[in-house]
Amino acid sequence: MLILQALLSGLLNGGIYSLVAVGLTLIFGVMRIINFAHGSLMMLGMYVSYWLFVLWGVDPYLSLIGSASVLFVVGLAIEAALVSPVLDAPEHDQLLLTLGISLVIENLALFLWRADPRIITVPYLAVAPMVGGVMVSSPRLIAFIVSLALTAVLFFFLRRTDLGRAIRAIAQDREGALTVGINMRRIYALAFGIGCACVGAAGGLVAPFYPVDPYVGGVFVITAFVVVVLGGMGNFVGALVAALIVGLAESVAAVFIPAAMKQIVMYTIFVVVLLFRPQGLFGARRA
Amino acid sequence: MILFFAYIGVAWNILGGYAGQFSFGHAAFFGLGAYTSTLLHLHYGVSPWIGMLLGGLAGVLLGLLSGFLSFRYGLRGPYFALVMLAFAEMLRLSFETWMSKSHPLGLPIPLKGTSLLDFQFKDKGRYFSIVLVMLIAATFLCHRRVRSKIGAYWMAIRDNEDAAEALGVNAFAYKLLAMAISASLTAMGGTFYAQYFLTLEVNDVFGVQISVEILLSAIIGGAGTVFGPLVGAVALQLLAEVTRVYIRAFSGFDLMVYGCVLILVIIFLPQGLLAGLRRPYRALARALST
Repeated sequence: MLILQALLSGLLNGGIYSLVAVGLTLIFGVMRIINFAHGSLMMLGMYVSYWLFVLWGVDPYLSLIGSASVLFVVGLAIEAALVSPVLDAPEHDQLLLTLGISLVIENLALFLWRADPRIITVPYLAVAPMVGGVMVSSPRLIAFIVSLALTAVLFFFLRRTDLGRAIRAIAQDREGALTVGINMRRIYALAFGIGCACVGAAGGLVAPFYPVDPYVGGVFVITAFVVVVLGGMGNFVGALVAALIVGLAESVAAVFIPAAMKQIVMYTIFVVVLLFRPQGLFGARRA
Repeated sequence: MILFFAYIGVAWNILGGYAGQFSFGHAAFFGLGAYTSTLLHLHYGVSPWIGMLLGGLAGVLLGLLSGFLSFRYGLRGPYFALVMLAFAEMLRLSFETWMSKSHPLGLPIPLKGTSLLDFQFKDKGRYFSIVLVMLIAATFLCHRRVRSKIGAYWMAIRDNEDAAEALGVNAFAYKLLAMAISASLTAMGGTFYAQYFLTLEVNDVFGVQISVEILLSAIIGGAGTVFGPLVGAVALQLLAEVTRVYIRAFSGFDLMVYGCVLILVIIFLPQGLLAGLRRPYRALARALST
């Protein structure tokens, strides 16, 4: 039963990870930038959801739209003001820049909202139906379903719409895409914005069951990095599958080993994958 | 503290600035050095001076191990930075698990009075002299290395690793060398830090924050220059002091300032403050000479 419970919660967590990781992998795939500030942006999304709920009593699932759009705008602003000047800079400069952004966001949040963890309590979410002897936490289940749905929407957007095709074209072949007249600057801004919106939505989704504090992003971003690397940097389907694997592995491992070790296991997977299969589990080696 | 951060910046600069391998995880070496000397001192009565050397040695070993793994498998640029970060975090978590049982509130270093042998002084001036000596020695070492053939190899690897390899430079070996030197100096800095504050907390010496502070002074002053770390450390610590005095500080404010400075420097002065200062100076000199 314990294992079954672990499998279920792992799967549910995996759904959330997929939404976070898909945003990260989109930004990397299109712009070749590793966004270190991704976790901080997720934290921002959680706070948006929290304040909408506390100040105006907005239902957390309704405010999802709010946190996603706020983060979309924040993403556009960050891209325009800070990221676009360094697009041609060396990669480590880009990494340092996003690190700087994350320092600013995290500590600004610390200043504005203090370090105490806050959580949204919604009465109707307190029910945890038992299914076959396994407890299903309803906010987690909703988060899982919505995450997967959003990932699917994004996936179809990228596959089926002109804009989505343009984004993928830039990711695959920058020069070729420029030749056929795709506006690269606009696509970059859009990709960064969408990536941030994903993580904003993810933040809104976890706010009802995960207490938010200024450092909460770090918890998720490391997992997201593991997922993205495991799935292959820039690979969408890879990220989705890897997210579910990581979610499962993490919660099954938690049954057997102490919580602090769990994170060490996470980092170990990360390092091992980066060293031995930098192209991810599913990808072919890039030239 | 300015001198201390300058020293650590010099240590990072050897690997990051000259050899071009940006490490986001120097806290691993820093914390390792701090804990090696302190634990040896506490449990076996080993003088922190010897502990400092042993810590440096431990730093070298860890540096070689992490360097071997990441360079052997061809990790470059941001991937190397991330793997180093992961190494540091793994060490942090291991130490946290280990220490939380015996010393949940941090590891205090007992006061033994003030003798040179114990590396403990009431007079902060002594610490100042020590770190000054360390800084001068490290800068001198760095300067010597950089002027030598080794330094030329490092910069060749930094500027174009494939070209350097094609010309017969053993990039793997020279990157490892840079890593070893940088790691040992950083670890020795860790010992100094422990003896200065006389208390050791896992998150203070292994945390991401210290990794950031280590690379910050070098980046801001100018990575890959001999005096960059010093300039960066002076600028940063002065800034931190000023904001601490004039703005009613809340915890984390200095980090926020660091973040802003980092962003501004990357966007406007990617070569660092030193290069930024040099430009108007040259313009002035040119204007005066004509």
